[in-house]
Amino acid sequence: MKVQLVDLAHARSGDKGDTANVGVIALKPEWYELLTQSVTVERVAEHFRGMIEGDVERFELPNLNALNFLLHGALDGGGTLSLKTDAQGKVYSTALLRMIIDVPDADAARLGLPAANSSRVAKSR
Amino acid sequence: MKRIVRVAGGQGFWGDDLDAPRRQVEGGQIDYLMLDYLAEVTMSILQKQKERDPSLGYARDFVGAMESVLPAVVEKGVKVIANAGGVNPPAAASAVKAVAQKNNARGVRIGVVTGDDLLGRLDSLLADGHVLANMDTGQPLSTIRDRVLSANAYIGSQPIVEALARGANVVITGRSTDTALTMAPLRHEFGWTATSWDQLAAGIVAGHIIECGAQCSGGNCLYDWRSIPDLANVGYPIVEATKDGTFVVTKHANTGGRVSVPTVTEQLVYEMGDPHSYITPDVIADFTSIQLAPDGENRVRVSGIKGRPPTDKLKVSIAYRSGFKAVGTLVYAWPDALEKAQLADEVLRERLNRLGLKFDRVLTEFVGAGATHGKLAGDQSDAPEVQLRFGVRGQDRAAVERFTREIAPLVLNGPPSVTGFAGGRPKVEEIVAYWPALIDKSVVRTSVEVVE
Repeated sequence: MKVQLVDLAHARSGDKGDTANVGVIALKPEWYELLTQSVTVERVAEHFRGMIEGDVERFELPNLNALNFLLHGALDGGGTLSLKTDAQGKVYSTALLRMIIDVPDADAARLGLPAANSSRVAKSR
Repeated sequence: MKRIVRVAGGQGFWGDDLDAPRRQVEGGQIDYLMLDYLAEVTMSILQKQKERDPSLGYARDFVGAMESVLPAVVEKGVKVIANAGGVNPPAAASAVKAVAQKNNARGVRIGVVTGDDLLGRLDSLLADGHVLANMDTGQPLSTIRDRVLSANAYIGSQPIVEALARGANVVITGRSTDTALTMAPLRHEFGWTATSWDQLAAGIVAGHIIECGAQCSGGNCLYDWRSIPDLANVGYPIVEATKDGTFVVTKHANTGGRVSVPTVTEQLVYEMGDPHSYITPDVIADFTSIQLAPDGENRVRVSGIKGRPPTDKLKVSIAYRSGFKAVGTLVYAWPDALEKAQLADEVLRERLNRLGLKFDRVLTEFVGAGATHGKLAGDQSDAPEVQLRFGVRGQDRAAVERFTREIAPLVLNGPPSVTGFAGGRPKVEEIVAYWPALIDKSVVRTSVEVVE
């Protein structure tokens, strides 16, 4: 089954220089393990390919059911140098929540996952 | 000793809600009002103001905030801790003294913390071998030394604790860390030593939670955002701490917003780096040790926090002039709004080329068609309107200035269905950039003065 991260987690993002951080927090504690397995550094780097210039780092905070991602080179130089609308990386949070995850139907049923809302899933150009 | 010490956050940055400090002292019982005014670029703005007028260089909003809370300071014994001093804490103290006198407020004792300002010492520090390399790029400060506007070390809780111990009820600092403003009064009240690592770390986490004002109490909260009540009257956060370092985050009764595990968690991950090592001058806090639990309506209990000794360095915030920028916008309407905006972008780039204008950076965004989410937003070819947002950055002010004259002509000599140019020609902005560096702790000597 296809599920969208926005239905599994909430998030907040911010900046440090030219790096955006995205904290992703599971909406239910029992969904945290799925996040750690599915939202990997590789997946996130692929998700943002062409949008960020540097590497992706990931840190786990099981105490908060949260993952913290650092997206390096995400802010066009960052701070006052940046020409971007989102110069401080405030909405990389919801950009990450657009991610679609494939979950085996049995797991999705066991965890009570909501199916991706088709009106929310972006049509590709 | 008080069993519970209440620290209220009343300002999350310079420009935050002017009335929040007053609401925090009037809405219920608190012991300390913590006001955070400084962001990375704020110091350079204040330095420019001080150059024009030596009696300025502090966050002037603070004087109005102090006037609004003077009755609470004088009659209820509320103490105020603020980094509003910017690059001129003594001037901020004079302004507060003047406003206290004007209001016949007696017994205001102002603690002034100085020593974080390294601007006047930069050359001797460089000569002594402090390279002040950029933490992101590794470049030495000497490469931009002639363009430096301000340089301040982030200092910790110790001088604030000293000011409180000497009887100050208003403490004004310069570039104190945001978190120290909350941790210091707890350290003072509970007698935590400089090596009470877990307690100091708990104070830092408390500070991190409330340093952005209402961003932990329902503001900017994505979780179940439609259900957050009465944001117009959003309650700013309050920490109720105990001696062992555990604390409750809450807000005053009869305020809007929400304090819940999700609202606090969102703030905990805000601007986070490596959660194992949240480095401050006083202690390194481990955010993977934080335990959150609901504790009644609009109350979250925070416990279990671990800390360990800090490094022997302080971070230094350096601001320097780094060229000029301007951003111009035009709006294109359906049909084919995005295609029209894309053509306008091509035309504009070609005209800038023909004029021979050189920039370090040119960036085009299509607002309404993926400016913030890029390719992830998907197909936007049928958007009702799209804003072309065109920015340039460079060292040559004249070139940036010339660019600002190239937007308006497109209204008549570019693609059709264009509007939204009423704002006029874009403004040229001087860029003040941020240079983070480290310096040996032993080099920075803070001092405290208490004035009546």
